[in-house]
Amino acid sequence: MQATLKPPKPRRRPSWSDFQRRYAPYLFISPFFILFFAFGLFPIVFNAYLSFHQWQPGTGLGEMKFVGLRNYTDNLTDPTFWQSLKNTAILALLSGLPQHLIAIPLAFAIQGGLRRMQNFVTAVYFLPYITSIVAISVIFFTLFSWQYGVINSVLNALSGLPLIGALFPSEKINWLGEKEYVQSAVAMVVVWRYTGWNMLLYLSGLQAIPRELYEAASVDGATRAQQFRYITLPLLRPIMFIAVTLSLIGGLQLFEEPFILTNGSGGAGQAGLTTVMYMYRTYASYSDAGVAAAMSWLLFIVIGVLTLVNNRAFGRSGLAGRD
Amino acid sequence: MTTAPIPDRPATRPARRAPTLDGKRLAAYALIALGAVLTIAPFYFMFVFATHTRSDIFQLPPPTWFGSNLDENYRNLVERVPFWRNLWNSLYLAVLTTGFTLFFCTLAGYAFAMFSFKGREVLFGLLLATMLIPGTLNIVPYALIMQALGWIDQPRALWVPGMASAFGIFLMRQYIGSSIPRELVEAARIDGATEFGIFRRVIVPLTGPAMATLGLVTFVQSWNGFLGPLIIFRTAETYTAPLALRSMQGIANTDWGALMCGVALTVVPLLILFALASRQLIEGLTAGATKG
Repeated sequence: MQATLKPPKPRRRPSWSDFQRRYAPYLFISPFFILFFAFGLFPIVFNAYLSFHQWQPGTGLGEMKFVGLRNYTDNLTDPTFWQSLKNTAILALLSGLPQHLIAIPLAFAIQGGLRRMQNFVTAVYFLPYITSIVAISVIFFTLFSWQYGVINSVLNALSGLPLIGALFPSEKINWLGEKEYVQSAVAMVVVWRYTGWNMLLYLSGLQAIPRELYEAASVDGATRAQQFRYITLPLLRPIMFIAVTLSLIGGLQLFEEPFILTNGSGGAGQAGLTTVMYMYRTYASYSDAGVAAAMSWLLFIVIGVLTLVNNRAFGRSGLAGRD
Repeated sequence: MTTAPIPDRPATRPARRAPTLDGKRLAAYALIALGAVLTIAPFYFMFVFATHTRSDIFQLPPPTWFGSNLDENYRNLVERVPFWRNLWNSLYLAVLTTGFTLFFCTLAGYAFAMFSFKGREVLFGLLLATMLIPGTLNIVPYALIMQALGWIDQPRALWVPGMASAFGIFLMRQYIGSSIPRELVEAARIDGATEFGIFRRVIVPLTGPAMATLGLVTFVQSWNGFLGPLIIFRTAETYTAPLALRSMQGIANTDWGALMCGVALTVVPLLILFALASRQLIEGLTAGATKG
């Protein structure tokens, strides 16, 4: 053990030991709180202040002009803002739902079907999560290419198959060039990236369910479906709640995938313009810091409300009994 | 063979241990394999495209095997962007952020786990609450503050705010609290060690696994970061690798072969890191969600 200590130093003053012992914990936790006040809390307060002012950052702090709620009403009467919110909501749903619908059965299959390969397979599924979103989006940008992309080639080839062929398109889809498809393309990338992460959450949830419960249930004559319904589902609920909440909060703040896939433009018909993208554009391209700040608060309200709804819908037992 | 009555429980055991290849199991394997192929495929095409010219990548059918253009793609890459400089910037940022995060989070985790002090519960609750604040609220003021500080194009605009994280402190508190016996700390105190001395000579040597997890998570996040660097770095020399890739995609006539070569060079270091330490990384990343 490396814990052996040098012989104690002679104490300089009898009070020093007490003094440093008393204040050490405050000193030790202070870096986080100093950083949080400087780069977390202060910016948010400043953001609130900013949202009631008209200001072009280039002009200096003196040019800040109080405008009351006008930045908020400007956003609320801006059709592009509403479109970005709609896009964000659709994208969050389109990319969020499949993640869980795939991840849960996948976690079951891996938990029940694999023994020795389990670590390897989970690592494979986890790869997209640790890869830079920019890299991923650039790769998918080429795969989504209209005339020559791999995805269209594969889909067209599959449409030639008997029986299941009808499920696949026989024409080439202009994924990133037509507004009907941009959102699906972005959603596919998001699903590809986060399904493995969710699968892992569910897998850790499944592994935490004691085997004895299933054994006791089968002794009592419960069928597999009943075991799933009355043991697995209720015990998986806390994890499900966490995973869905994370997807919801992440999905509503989607930025990098649509930004790269649409080359920063929002794509055909602005269908890939999310609210965070629009906020970034309002700040970086239109230099309208006040309006951008108000937009972030409006999005914050949306996130808050939807998180609360989600909480009500199936969170209650999810949060109970933690910490 | 014995005809004695067999108790219920053991009878069901062998059936589960020796799985038969029934339909359900086959469907499960098929699902797992299909998902794995779909997960790996984009990485495969990344490597394949990195070895082809732009016109080879966009032809019918698209290339599915390695080509011979890797040298030229690489030369075009380093001609268009200072790519090694960009990779170095990413590494510099990730190493500094990780180093400071490890130090400050372990220190604060030690304080929260091993001391009882006034306000501990409130402060820890506050710390957890900061994790719930959506990052969106911070984007515009962050950009403005960094502008005001004159930190545009300076790496410190990213690593200074990133020196300690609530997640990291939470992780370290959990680990230190559950794996290091309090008696050890008490004994060191009786021996006259200062609190920082205990941290350095007792806590740090015994916190290796948790530090590895936190270090990996922090490194990966910093290496992959995009929105922060997008706000801060404005000149090609200061770009991190993801920004350099993005800048290549922006221009007309994008050289996709060279770009894919850059993408691969950005992704490979993390693939290697992941191959070496996937268990630790996965545990660290899920810990925040499942134990939070």
